[in-house]
This record gives sequence, structure tokens and C-alpha cells, in this order.
Amino acid sequence: MDLNYTPEQNAFRKEVRDWLAANVPAEPLQSFDIAEGFEQHREWEKTLAEGNWGMVTWPTEYGGRACNLIEWLIFEEEYYKAKAPLRVNQNGIFLLGPTLMEYGTPEQKERFISAMASGEEMWAQGWSEPGAGSDMAAIRSTAFRDGDEYVINGQKVWSTRAVFADWVFCIFRTEQGSERHKGLSFVFVPLDAPGVTVRPIPQLDGLPGFAEIFFDDVRVPVENRLGGEGEGWSIAMATAGFERGLMLRSPARFQETAKRLVELYRENQNEIMDLTIEDAVVKSYMDAEAYALSTYQTASRLIKGGKIGAEASLNKIFWSEMDQKMHETAMSILGARAELLPHAPAAGDVGTWLEGFMFAQSGPIYAGTNEVQRNIIAERLLGMPRK
Amino acid sequence: MDFTFTEDQQLFADSVKDFLQGEITAESIRASWETETGRSDELWAQITELGLPAMLVPEEFGGLGMTELDVVLMAIECGRVALHEPIVEMAMVATPLLAALAPNNEKCADLLGQIAGGEAKVAIAHTVNHVVADAHIADYLILPHADQIHLVAQADVKLEAQESVDPSRRLSTVDWTPSEATCIASGAEGVALLAATLNRGALASAAQMIGLAEAMVARSVQYSEERQQFGKPIGVNQALKHHMANCAVKTEFAKAPLYRAAYVLSMKPESADFAISHAKVVAGEAALFAAKNSIQLHGAMGYTWECDLHIWMKRSWALDKFWGHAGFHKNRTHQWLMNPNAQIGADNTFGAVAI
Ligand SMILES: Cc1cc2nc3c(=O)[nH]c(=O)nc-3n(C[C@H](O)[C@H](O)[C@H](O)COP(=O)(O)OP(=O)(O)OC[C@H]3O[C@@H](n4cnc5c(N)ncnc54)[C@H](O)[C@@H]3O)c2cc1C
Repeated sequence: MDLNYTPEQNAFRKEVRDWLAANVPAEPLQSFDIAEGFEQHREWEKTLAEGNWGMVTWPTEYGGRACNLIEWLIFEEEYYKAKAPLRVNQNGIFLLGPTLMEYGTPEQKERFISAMASGEEMWAQGWSEPGAGSDMAAIRSTAFRDGDEYVINGQKVWSTRAVFADWVFCIFRTEQGSERHKGLSFVFVPLDAPGVTVRPIPQLDGLPGFAEIFFDDVRVPVENRLGGEGEGWSIAMATAGFERGLMLRSPARFQETAKRLVELYRENQNEIMDLTIEDAVVKSYMDAEAYALSTYQTASRLIKGGKIGAEASLNKIFWSEMDQKMHETAMSILGARAELLPHAPAAGDVGTWLEGFMFAQSGPIYAGTNEVQRNIIAERLLGMPRK
Repeated sequence: MDFTFTEDQQLFADSVKDFLQGEITAESIRASWETETGRSDELWAQITELGLPAMLVPEEFGGLGMTELDVVLMAIECGRVALHEPIVEMAMVATPLLAALAPNNEKCADLLGQIAGGEAKVAIAHTVNHVVADAHIADYLILPHADQIHLVAQADVKLEAQESVDPSRRLSTVDWTPSEATCIASGAEGVALLAATLNRGALASAAQMIGLAEAMVARSVQYSEERQQFGKPIGVNQALKHHMANCAVKTEFAKAPLYRAAYVLSMKPESADFAISHAKVVAGEAALFAAKNSIQLHGAMGYTWECDLHIWMKRSWALDKFWGHAGFHKNRTHQWLMNPNAQIGADNTFGAVAI
């Protein structure tokens, strides 16, 4: 164990910091849940890619820097510290990208990865259906073979950023009469294909952050299938592992929120009457730090050839509930100002806490609800009886 | 940057684990409750054979010259079996204090040699604790007196037994008179050593509580398969699954803070307060939470003397309060964090370490 950064790691940190200082937009971008903000974020992804900072862990042939996970953590720390824009293509780069590298054919990697990394092609995830939420094996949308093509029919829902994205990666039933986990395949669909209808769904903040997608005899070439026919479920589980595991929510995000919370508390200390708030602030900071420490530990283990399995579920519960708690605490500190939208004249410097508070409510739901994660922990990690 | 234990450190912990799992059972612990001292010379001889008392004794004084980082995993294993012998506190708390003084103090140096060789035992008191553990079987006691530290033969003090809720713990208060002859440190040195001792005690307790928490969950999971109600094992019920999953989350996120605390204490002890207090608070929460959820899972059986669960549960209750209760340690983290100069934020995870 050596908890010091190497000189190379320190130099890398400095390089990241300098580049971000020179390139992060001075003014915060608009929300990526509106058309203009989405394009601003796309531009930012291009800027990142031009500097080869899009996905530092990717191989250099895909515009990455072949960084290890410790360097990735350093990059993330600097990224959040610099208040750089959120990653609009996270479904692509964090989820599909690693899945493609593992399961894609050379042609698929060539065709999709660079365009994803450069922000040219934005991706949405189309797994959930009206009848298939937590129970994803209940998927009913179909993609049946017709020669060299699949013909797709059905409906997906809650697809994040599908309103403005270019592509969606889906799980469809490709085997007639198949049930549950069997007969599913992982298929890419361009969102401008004939027969695709995207209907925006306003989220809690009123903006169309996700969408329903309807498929009506949509045709895509068989080459758009990732992995073998009928292997959709196992590939999706690998992708879900990335989602809950390390990449989606790096600790830096929460450490910076916790730091802002400490600062918010210090600024408002004299007006706070609830004696439990200071404790909640300190606990938030310590939890964010515990999450960071634990991630460094996992990263070190993975670098030495270890694997991440069902413990990804422990992570998902921890970060999502910590995020909720931190934002609840911020709302308590803001008191009567907490309900005001940032542009309300009396809002003063309430900042983005309300927005963060609303979004934090979704953490325990997306990427597999926390109840389902608890089932996984109890049954697969601890070995409690299923029936 | 590498936040993993070495193969040697893992192997050492595994060998201690194998030994403990073979020797220490609920039955053997219960048997120890019936004896006068609660401790076994035979078991202690085996523990000495493994070199455990010599772990943190420097090589020049006949020890193994290990660090907190080398032994923290072992302390988790001692907690996992609810070990009643006083090895963790003696090896991780008492001997480092003697080792700090030994270069200039022959008495301390001699005693270290005897401890490493299994010929002497030592117990250690601290103002943060009301009582001393295992003074009744110690040859020497380390006793604080204001800014002084004294090393006193057990024969020269009067002990009064203080019964603990945990029958495995044997506690005493000590009636003694300080003298110049027994003083081994004083002034700034004494204060610094007592502060370091508190941190070592907190680390040792935190590590044991991780093992206790995991052991209680493991026992509960097993019981949830055996006990049937409504024609099925009780463990199929999601309410119980979620109780146990919540324990697993809490315990998991107490581990990395514990390992960091061990690292900082071994590398840069003067900056360890925050890391130690973080580890002690979260390990205590994990152990108490596991205790509470485990008794609930066991139903009335868990509320009995007969059910073994209380061996682990009561140790958790005790260790959570020993070497600084949660209030004490939370207070230190509050003071650290609320200082306007505190280095906090995403690039400061290892700020306290930076050596
Ligand atoms: C902000 C946001 C973004 C999202 N983005 C996407 C996306 O891009 N692509 C996509 O495909 N999906 C997306 N989702 C959907 C997400 O994956 C689902 O919401 C999630 O899988 C839960 O399904 P559901 O909403 O249908 O809830 P349900 O499955 O109906 O669950 C409702 C409640 O019942 C509980 N429950 C259900 N089954 C069990 C069980 N077996 N044991 C215990 N409790 C249970 C759940 O935990 C929950 O509390 C997104 C969701 C949100 C909130």
C-alpha cells in the first residue's frame, strides 16, 4: 500500500488541470435537456475529444490515453473541481463504449467508437418498457429477422436524452415465442430511421430529459446487433455492471458536492437552528470521502487483475443515498429559500441545490432500483435463500 | 498510488484467520466465561508461538518489527471470532508505546523482549476509558497520570474487578500511587504518547468491529436458511434480506476508511486524528447496526443467553464506546472539517496523508 501519487501521476494531474483551466467554458452551459444546451454540450465533447480528454482510459486508437483507473480518478477529480460541464454522452461513453470494446466486431468498433468519442454521435439507452422496469426480462418489443435486416416493433420508455440523441442501443426480443431472459438481443437503432417516433417526457423540472420511443416496422441491418443473437441479456448485464460499478458516478462528483455543502453550512452557520444539521454536513463529507477511498481501493485491485462483481450493487446504493442525503441537508440549510428557483428575484445565491435535490431523487431509481440492488446483495453476495 | 495490501500482509492475516477459526468457537468462549480469569495459558502459548505479541515490537528488541498496516487485517479476524484473549490491545496499543520509549529506557526495552518472547503480559489504561481491560492477568500496567506515563508491576497496585455486559471482557479499576521510580514519560512526550495511544486503541477497536459486524451478518444469514416459518425459510422474506443488505453496505464503506487510518497511523501518526476518528465512527456504526438487525432477524431466540449471537453483539456494544465513543470521535471530525483552512474537496482525498 502506498497512498502517495507518483511523480508521473502528479504531472498528469497538472496537465489535466492546466488543460481544463484553459478550456472549460467560463459561463456554465445551458441544460442539456433543451435543444440549445444539448448542442453546447456536444461542442464541449468535441473540444474534449480534440485534446484527447474524452475518455482517458480508452486505448489511443479510439482517441483515449490508455490511462489506468488511478489516472482516471485523478482526471475526474480535476474535472469536477474545475466545474467542467456534465457529460451529455454518458450513455455512450460510460456504458456502450466499454461494452462495444468487449463484445463488438472490429467493424463495429471502427464504425461507432470514434464517432461516439468525438460527440458526433450521441447515444441513448433503450431498455425499459412500460411493462418491463425492474423486471427487464419482461421485455416485449420485438426485432424479427427478415433476410439481412431486423424489423422492429414495440415501445421503449424513460430513455434519457433520446429527444436529442442520434442513436439508441436497445434490447429486443429476437426469437419468436421466447420468454424471459432467453431470445433477447442487443441492437443499435438510428433515431432518425423511418418508423421511429420519439415522444419527449418532461421530468420533475419540466424539461424533456427522457422520452418514449415507438418502433413501427423499423428496419435495421443485422450488422447493428452487438454480440450473438439471443445473447442480449448477458451483454446487457455486463453493461449494467459498468453502470452501477465504477464509471457512471465517480467519487469526485460527490466530494465536490460535499465540499460545497460544508461551505454552505459555514456561510449560514449563524442562522441554523437545527442542531442536527452540522452532524449531517460532517457525515456527508465523511461518506463522500469513504466512497472515494473505497473507489481507490477497487481501482487498485482492478489494476492488479481483480474483478468487480455483485459489489457494484453496494456502490450504487451508497452513492445514490449519500447524494440524496447531501441535498436534503442543503435544502435544510437554505430553509425557506430552498423552494425558490434560481431566477426568482428573492432567491439570492441559492445556486443549483434545488436542481441537484430533484435529480438526487432519481438516483435510487435509475440503473436498477435500490430495492433490487438490495435483493442482489442479499442473494448473491450474502447467500440468502431465494425461495 | 496503490490502495491494496501486499501478498505477505494477506497471507499473514489468512494464517491467523485459519488458526483462530480452528481454535475459537462459541463453545470455547462460553467455557472461558466459567473460568476464574477468563483466559487460558494454553491458548496464550499458541498465540505467542504464532508471534502475535511480537508483531509491533521492533526487531532490535526481539520483535517482528511490523506496522499497523501489517496487522490491521489480523485485528479484523480477531473480531470475527470475538477473541477474548487480550492480544489485539496488547500488541497494537501497549507495545508501540513501550517501543517509543525503549531506545532510552532499559525497563521498557526489557519488558518488550519479555512480551515478544511470551514471558510477560502488559495492560494499558487511558483517561478516555473508565476501566482497564485484562489488568488481572497482566504482569505490568501502563498507567497515565496527568502528563505522565507510569509502568507499574501489577503486584504493586490494587485492582477492583468491574463486570462488563460482555462476559468475555475482564475489566478493572486500578488503585495505585505514582512515584518517580515508575514514571517512564512526562511533559510533552507523555502527552504525545497518550494521544498516539488513543489513536492506536481506536484503530484496534475499529478493526475488530468490522470483523464483528461481518460475523453477525454471516450468522444471521445462516439462521435465516435454517429457521422455517409459514413453511419456508425466513430468509426468503425481503424485509430480512434488506436488513442484511443494509448491514453489508455500511460495513463495506467502513473498510476503506479503516485501511486508510492504519496507513496514516503507520506512516504519519501525528496527522492521523481525522482518519482514525472517521474509521472509529463508521466501524462503530456498522457493528451496532449489524447487532441490531441481527437480533431482529433471530426473533426471540436472539434475545436469549443460549443463542450465541450475544457473544458478538455485546462485544460490539463495548468496543463502540471504548477508546473514544462516537461523540468523542465525531467531535474531532467536526473540528477538523469546520476549520476554515481545512483542505477539502475532490483532490484532497489523501491530503491528510501527503508525506
Ligand atoms: C432519471 C431516470 C433516467 C432513466 N434513464 C433510462 C434510460 O436511459 N434507459 C432506460 O432503459 N431506462 C431508464 N430509466 C428507467 C429505469 O431503469 C427504471 O426506472 C428502473 O429500472 C425501475 O423501473 P420502473 O421505473 O418501471 O419501476 P418499477 O419496476 O415499477 O418499480 C416501482 C417500485 O417497486 C419496487 N420493486 C419492483 N420490483 C421489486 C422487487 N422485485 N423487489 C422489491 N421492490 C421491487 C421498485 O424498487 C420501485 O420502488 C431511467 C429512470 C430514471 C428515473
